Amino acid sequence: MKQRVLPALVLLGLVAAWELLVRIANIPAFTLPPPSLIAQTLFANFGSLAASWWTTVKITFGALALACAGGGLIAAVFALSPLLERALLPVAVILQVTPLVAVAPLILIYVESTTAALLLCAWIVAFFPMLSNTLAGLRAAEVHLRDLFRLYRATPLQRLRLLLLPSALPYFLAGLRISGGLSLIGAVTAEMVAGAAGRDTGLASRILEASFRTETPKMFAALTLLVLTGVMIYALFNWLSLRLLGRWHASASRHGE
Amino acid sequence: MHTRAMPTTLATIALQQVSKRFAGGLLALEDVSLQVAPGEFVALLGPSGCGKSTVLRLVAGLDEASSGELQAPALKRGSEQANEATAFVFQQPTLMPWASVFDNVWLPLRLQGVSRHEAAPRVRQVLAGVGLAEFERAYPAELSGGMQMRTSIARALVTQPQVLLMDEPFAALDDITRRKLNTDLLQWWHGPAPSSAQAMTTADRVPITALFVTHSVSEAVFLSQRVLVMSARPGRIVAEVAVPEPYPRTQAFRLTPAFAEACRQLSQALELAHGAPAQPGSSHAPHTEASATHAPAPSV
Repeated sequence: MKQRVLPALVLLGLVAAWELLVRIANIPAFTLPPPSLIAQTLFANFGSLAASWWTTVKITFGALALACAGGGLIAAVFALSPLLERALLPVAVILQVTPLVAVAPLILIYVESTTAALLLCAWIVAFFPMLSNTLAGLRAAEVHLRDLFRLYRATPLQRLRLLLLPSALPYFLAGLRISGGLSLIGAVTAEMVAGAAGRDTGLASRILEASFRTETPKMFAALTLLVLTGVMIYALFNWLSLRLLGRWHASASRHGE
Repeated sequence: MHTRAMPTTLATIALQQVSKRFAGGLLALEDVSLQVAPGEFVALLGPSGCGKSTVLRLVAGLDEASSGELQAPALKRGSEQANEATAFVFQQPTLMPWASVFDNVWLPLRLQGVSRHEAAPRVRQVLAGVGLAEFERAYPAELSGGMQMRTSIARALVTQPQVLLMDEPFAALDDITRRKLNTDLLQWWHGPAPSSAQAMTTADRVPITALFVTHSVSEAVFLSQRVLVMSARPGRIVAEVAVPEPYPRTQAFRLTPAFAEACRQLSQALELAHGAPAQPGSSHAPHTEASATHAPAPSV
């Protein structure tokens, strides 16, 4: 508990300093709104912002789910076949290194459904950490444990279920924490490119819309929701990995080996 | 190529002029011949990197020899018993950190298709035998190094193996724990210890054939009936010292003149082997330089 007090105090201090700065320096709200005004705007527009938030969240988690399935599955295939890995890994790397903003317009042209296009964009960003982490995890099984499974002539399925998957779990969860944040970024980036048009638009569209009208407090309100969402996603997966690994992984590090 | 006829049929483990060259070209073993009789406890003694572990891996079927002949239960591919006949204890406990002590010990049986329920009596019996009856729910990270090694040995014993291969299992432990485990290990190997667990197994108990790798002279003498001394790269067996002390052995054995004498002989053999190239005609060396004459001299 004590460890959480300090960061919370720092955050509170920063917000308070911001509020004070705006008031003392008399900065106009359309340049930098004070936190109090942002909070007011957030409440005033809660209905439309919440609807947009829900759209962004759906895209984010949809893309993340696909990234988990895709990354995990492709990693399993690569782990089984080094040949396929050599053949296909460059493609995955190309996908990873291409800046999303640069390809998003093309994807929006080629893919008819906007939702599908947004999902695809967010997936491209999120899937690589899942792939590379799971792949590293599947190879992380201790070498002597592998020997042991060989000595007792374990079947390939037993080896996968009892050795490779549990060894890969910490890596997979670390990938999840990275990809969770990335899929939110991917979803917002793609929405930015897609623009404000259309129904069921996400938080990025609200930001664009507000920026056209110089409604800076509303931009900040939408931004606040995005930040909170990112933090929540991170906290969720942190909690999940503590739940799943606590007894062996975290305790192992607590004892220091 | 003609090889000397060796009476290998009675031995549980037999190596005849086995060499192992790794893919990188490193010659790890050269012309190693040894035999371990059923129920015998043999130690392989040598410095780090002399190929002792390679011998164990060959006997376990985890590596393949480059040349020579091997005979060991793990290498009998056809036999159904082969899966359980050989147990291996590594230098590290090598436990699954995500699994409880019970599940770790259950593993070898589980891999043979024995359900948790079926395995439970045997797992509990072995855990009680190694003094971990109360820790079956603990996770490896919650145990001390010595207890982790006990778990590892319990896992090796749970299949009632015919052959027990141990690769410096106590090297990472402190000396006090190590001595305690040495004494306990002999009990688990030699059997009838005064424990209820033993009653079940005495009748159909197959004596365990043990091959124990170590770089500790006193550990080798305390545990085994015969100590084979290996030279460094390429590994060869250069001397053999018998330890005639009968079992059960206790800590008191460490204080006897016989113990000191065996240690002295071994230290001398080690010095001969590693201070200078193995001397032909050394009183303890069954292998003379004759075996090296037909092979190109290794330039290490």
